[in-house]
Amino acid sequence: MFNNFFHRMASPRHFYGLAGTLIPWLAIPCLLLTLAGLYYGLVKAPPDYQQGDSYRIMFIHVPAAWMSMFIYVVMAGAGAIGLIWRIKLAEVVAISSAPIGASFTFLALVTGSIWGKPMWGTWWVWDARLTSELILLFLYLGVIALHNAIDDRRTAARAVAILALVGVVNIPIIHYSVEWWNTLHQGPTVTKFDKPSIHLSMLIPLLLMAVAFKLYYAFVVLMRARCEVLERERNTGWVKELAEKT
Amino acid sequence: MKSDSLTRAFMILIRRDLMLAVRHRAEMANPLLFFILVTSLFPLAIGANPNLLQAIAPGVIWVAALLAALLSIENVFRSDFEDGSLEQYLLSSHPVSILVLAKIIAHWLITGLPLLLISPLLGILLGLHADAIKVLFITLLLGTPVLSLIGAVGVALTVGLRKGGMILSLLVLPLYIPLLIFASSAVDSAAAGLPVTAHLSLITALLVLSLSLSPFATAAALRVSLS
Repeated sequence: MFNNFFHRMASPRHFYGLAGTLIPWLAIPCLLLTLAGLYYGLVKAPPDYQQGDSYRIMFIHVPAAWMSMFIYVVMAGAGAIGLIWRIKLAEVVAISSAPIGASFTFLALVTGSIWGKPMWGTWWVWDARLTSELILLFLYLGVIALHNAIDDRRTAARAVAILALVGVVNIPIIHYSVEWWNTLHQGPTVTKFDKPSIHLSMLIPLLLMAVAFKLYYAFVVLMRARCEVLERERNTGWVKELAEKT
Repeated sequence: MKSDSLTRAFMILIRRDLMLAVRHRAEMANPLLFFILVTSLFPLAIGANPNLLQAIAPGVIWVAALLAALLSIENVFRSDFEDGSLEQYLLSSHPVSILVLAKIIAHWLITGLPLLLISPLLGILLGLHADAIKVLFITLLLGTPVLSLIGAVGVALTVGLRKGGMILSLLVLPLYIPLLIFASSAVDSAAAGLPVTAHLSLITALLVLSLSLSPFATAAALRVSLS
């Protein structure tokens, strides 16, 4: 029975319907949490004693940076599931995640740079975290480029899965190599974002935004996956039925 | 008996690739020339101030080696893909990862080894001290196989594509970054008279890791590309 449940879940047709009903249940809480998070973050939370109001970009920046890493791991995990058990839906989730992950990485880099200008006096520093985020963006772009270059969708999805797995093995290595590189070259830098124990009034909006970003990812990945499923299954009966109905 | 025939297949593959390379000597020389040319561009562009050259030499030589490896790595499977022998490897009864490893070793002997042998000369051209040149040599000895091993995964993923070259660099270059960091900072430390054992251990770790994982990833990628 358990097995049966998974098989039904993994059938594209069933998934299409289920994702369609799930999307509003994820999108509406996401919207509400974003509004609440922004209200508490931008209006309610007190200004920082050192950074003034410019720290408030953190409420976008930090969740985006978290998401950028989280989505890569999801992508690699889904890719592995697709490769090992040949579940098509896992492949679909993996490739649908890549552009979203790249956007979050880009968002984290841009907001970090905007925050860095008043704080560090420069748009860009070769700080360890910034550099590894930049390399993460390159890894995402590699995945997207490879996917676009291969015409056959199934081959493309499997190639992307292998690349994502290679990347996920390398991410910790890259992260620590960059960290050591930075300390080897410059010694302890003044630019390090010293983490003070964060006050509750700032922590709550941060967590609200983090959950909102997760929900955003969940419903956008479902939307993209639905679209991908339709394109893959365009020659099957149920998609034709669906097209004729609307 | 079985392992005997596997060893034989392994050796035959290496010998075949080496013989092919000897018959096409010009192709062998190209990456080497590229390596030397790129390195000698830097003094022309930046100026011949010895102190400056000495400071940038480790990075320049390593970046040039990395680009030369990237240019040549595509040949590791290209001609076998075009004449169909790659499909025969996949169909054979031997584990594909071992055959892939033979291809990579042969490729390193053809392209990595010459880079390694010419590197002390480039070190002298850029004014590195004898100690630094020694460390440069060791980092290249440990590092160029890593370049071939990681590059092979990228080639296996892109071998079926018409314009694989550009995408290959996009896939592979980010993965080369840790090696570049450890290797050039090892040479930097050697030039400054600091101990380099830690760096060399890390590069060796990268070598062992890529040696044990890359053949499997490459074999899996080849299966996908040729399916």
